Amino acid sequence: MKGRVLDGCALLMTGRDTVVTALEDLEAVREIALGEGKGPVVLREAVPFGHKVAVERIDAGDHVVKYGEVIGEATERIEPGAWVHTHNCESTRGRGDVRSDGEAVAGGERR
Amino acid sequence: MAEFTGFRRPDGSVGVRNHVAVIPTSVSASALATRIGADAGERVRATPHQMGADQPTPAREQTERVLAGTGRNPNVGAALLVELGTESIDVEALADRIAASGKPVETLSIREVGGTAAAIEAGTERARSLVGEVEGARRETADAAELVFGVECGGSDATSGIAANPAVGNACDRLVEAGGTASFSETPEFIGAEHILAERCADEATRERLLERVEMRENMAQLMGVDLRGAQPTPGNQEGGLTTIEEKSLGAISKGGTTPVRGMVEYAERLPTGGGLVLMDTPGYDVESVVGKVAGGAQVVAFTTGRGSTTGNPIAPVIKVTGNPKTWERLSNNVDFDASTVISGESLSDVGERLFDLLLEVASGRPTEAEYRRLEEFAINEIQPEELVGLRGEAR
Repeated sequence: MKGRVLDGCALLMTGRDTVVTALEDLEAVREIALGEGKGPVVLREAVPFGHKVAVERIDAGDHVVKYGEVIGEATERIEPGAWVHTHNCESTRGRGDVRSDGEAVAGGERR
Repeated sequence: MAEFTGFRRPDGSVGVRNHVAVIPTSVSASALATRIGADAGERVRATPHQMGADQPTPAREQTERVLAGTGRNPNVGAALLVELGTESIDVEALADRIAASGKPVETLSIREVGGTAAAIEAGTERARSLVGEVEGARRETADAAELVFGVECGGSDATSGIAANPAVGNACDRLVEAGGTASFSETPEFIGAEHILAERCADEATRERLLERVEMRENMAQLMGVDLRGAQPTPGNQEGGLTTIEEKSLGAISKGGTTPVRGMVEYAERLPTGGGLVLMDTPGYDVESVVGKVAGGAQVVAFTTGRGSTTGNPIAPVIKVTGNPKTWERLSNNVDFDASTVISGESLSDVGERLFDLLLEVASGRPTEAEYRRLEEFAINEIQPEELVGLRGEAR
């Protein structure tokens, strides 16, 4: 598997990533040791298998990075240990509902 | 040297199955094709679909390309084309395109033969006679370089990008190394990862084509005034942990392996033999996408799934691969290969080698789970009105 398994339960795919993937259902308040001189993160909520956890603070509008690549941007400030999913991270691509200036397109469906 | 055993066709291609295909030219002949397929015996495979009798020209041409390519697929030893008789598709011209590969082709018109009862009788008889023509064929040893391997993903979750897709990608690398062709598609699932694919393109023309096709697919959302996020990732993908199309795409492209991208063909256009890694421009709907690659000549398909899938194809064996241990447990009757061992520590190279061995075994006749259960899906991508508008602005 590409990447590094942290604490036997989460996968950090590259050193640039700001999120890790849960390799099992993780319970709230569980600690994940990050290694490499960084302190552990404590889960702020339960995170299911395959879902993502922030390993550093991601400010609103900042890129969320997995595979060493941008997978979207934060829609609010995301604290370390928080579950990262559609409630706080969104795609920057395929946005037919907004124009380049950010205005909603008339009649466009905002989901 | 990696080898398999297959059926050498008159045009030199090698089939991994020896089917007689019953191909309807429209929805009006589809039920009848299914009936003939059921009545004419084990070797006969129908490809029923939903395309109407009078599609706009670009859509009709695409349907013809799929039907001709399906008939020409090396897994098909002979073909019977069935029409109602009112279709704008010229059944004889279609038969000629298939017969150019040297295999026997027959046609049947429901109107001419005197209705469905007479057509079932005549069609079943013709299909059985075609079976008689192909059943003498014997498998012979062939080089793995003769294989065109189509790879697909459906029902993705977070394990797809971590385990199943990289495992299939490793098998693709092995096939390309052996001189064969691997192809993946689903252009909407390049969005967010196209810069990585573009860097891997072997030449500038391929790079430009790839970026142009990705832009077209992304603009479709604009044309319709909708947000791709409602459809991509799907609600099932989201439940499986995938948040954005970029994340889904970055995981999806790993199923093609790591070799240079040698070209990009149209939906259902012929894939070259001995071509290395070649992309096909298809929609993200997996059944249509698999059908496009099989019409392009893929003899074997690998289908990765995280959430689960039972899919199969009438013409090509579909090897299903999962990286999700729960899906492997629950769907072991429908999934062929467990790649979740990647997560528990088996090296990608070992898993890829096992998968490559399975590919050669399936090519040599080992049935897949979908074949055991005769789970066969067939759908043709229909060019939509919005796309026709888009096509007018494009030189073709």
